[in-house]
Amino acid sequence: MTATVTTPPRNSALKRRVRRVVLFVVSLLLVAVVWEVYKAIGPADGGKIFGWKLLPRSNDNAMPHIWEMLSRYADPELRGSSREIWRVVLAGAWFSFRLALVGFVLGTVLGLLLAVLMARFKVAERGILPYLVVSQTVPLIALAPLVVSWGGKLEIFGWEWPRWLSASVLGGFLAFFPVAVGGLRGLTSPPAASVELMNSYAASWTQTLFKLRFPSAVPFIVPALKLAASSAVIGVVVAEISTGLKGGIGRLIIEYAREATSDPAKVFTAVFGAALLGLAMSGFVTLADIYMMRNRPKEATT
Amino acid sequence: MSAVEIRNLGKIFNAGSSNQVDALVDIDLSIASGEFVSLIGPSGCGKSTLLRLVANLLEPTSGDIAVNGKSAKQARLDQDYGMAFQQSGLFDWRTVVKNIELPLELKGWDKAKRRERALEMLELVKLADFAEHFPWQLSGGMQQRVAIARALAVHPQLLLMDEPFGALDEMTREHMQGELLSICRRTGSTVIFVTHSIPEAVYLSNRVVVMSPRPGRITKIVDVTIEGERTDATRDNAAFFAGITAVREALRGVEMSAHVRGIEDR
Repeated sequence: MTATVTTPPRNSALKRRVRRVVLFVVSLLLVAVVWEVYKAIGPADGGKIFGWKLLPRSNDNAMPHIWEMLSRYADPELRGSSREIWRVVLAGAWFSFRLALVGFVLGTVLGLLLAVLMARFKVAERGILPYLVVSQTVPLIALAPLVVSWGGKLEIFGWEWPRWLSASVLGGFLAFFPVAVGGLRGLTSPPAASVELMNSYAASWTQTLFKLRFPSAVPFIVPALKLAASSAVIGVVVAEISTGLKGGIGRLIIEYAREATSDPAKVFTAVFGAALLGLAMSGFVTLADIYMMRNRPKEATT
Repeated sequence: MSAVEIRNLGKIFNAGSSNQVDALVDIDLSIASGEFVSLIGPSGCGKSTLLRLVANLLEPTSGDIAVNGKSAKQARLDQDYGMAFQQSGLFDWRTVVKNIELPLELKGWDKAKRRERALEMLELVKLADFAEHFPWQLSGGMQQRVAIARALAVHPQLLLMDEPFGALDEMTREHMQGELLSICRRTGSTVIFVTHSIPEAVYLSNRVVVMSPRPGRITKIVDVTIEGERTDATRDNAAFFAGITAVREALRGVEMSAHVRGIEDR
């Protein structure tokens, strides 16, 4: 009767975490090895298999050496400039990270509001949900200039709409969708018995929302937030590219890509910067995940 | 004043449509304060529906219910009853003590006061050492005890229980029955208890209400007369067996007429 489930000792959790990090590094090295091996044995000008052009070119232009890319970080960005590329890329990633964060927050708030609205009114669910799905089929590239031009015309009580905010809004536009859908599923997930229990306490709808529905929705919202975080990054980077916003990693990718014929390794520095940005964002959400799921049954976490 | 007064109660689901169900018809039942009444009957006899009507989780189609002399709705708003279900329905994200505090929190009690009451209730169900555990760290029987503590937290005069021990193994179940009776002796609560088990109903109750399905109605009310305090020894008592036989007879009548299953004969 009095037996309780004991939580496993702390150091095994630590061990698991260490192993995860090691595996991550090993897999990175493995990708690098595969890259170099193919570069060494692959056809320089691409190759055909059964008449299909499948094998990518392995010449220095298409596949620079890994060390070539890495050493580029120490070079100055422009001839005669004193700023090394790693500084520029890092600054760009940091700039985009902040925009993505704003977009992520905007999207999450909007998504949760929509989820609550849809959970509260069945009519709202039927009226809104199809439009949400449709909204995600609109290509971001088409939307970006529109949002920028709307933003340019906005002025709220003397506060001018900054250009970067348009990029964040586009990030939020991609981010809100998984949160709205996951949130709706989560908010409607409590079993009938739990809702009945709240009714038996004469709890109001708001009380039921905050004491039952939101806590029940957490396991649904957490994976949605992970999707939202990566969507926000994609939205911001694409918005930077298509609106020509300066300062972010998206702009760097475009700029360095123009130099690809003369300096093919350079563009990869910006691409890795974008990957770092995505990692930072998902790391940020993982921290939130660990915090929100800390007291949940362990088998329910993924 | 009786604790619960049910007059001419009827409940019809999906009235007017092709899948209309006469869940309950002509229910009359008067439950005295401090009485322990079990509802027993085959699946579909409306015993859970009756409990939910008393709890005002459902609205009756006809007739009326008075709880503590008020309408069922007012009684719910005033939290005159506590409720426990077959599934403990504890919230995973709250500690045991926080689960018990939930109804008090919803009533707007201040923090110190509700903590004090919750710990008092935990003492009552003998789980004081588990206050800071999470429900998923407890066994099924312990979870059910927490659910009962939660139902008792507002000190309700009336306890409504829907097969609260249905998911427990037989030994835990008998132990819990004893615990429930000792709690009721201390709090003087009136209890309406829905069950599938004849011995459980007889062991716990002053009266066993036998119900039959299609349409759901009361077929017989069996008085259980066991002298003195009920203990484990009661289970070997002749009066206990007499009660079981009487309830079984009443249910057999139901079964003969309706060809239904769903009664645990143990």
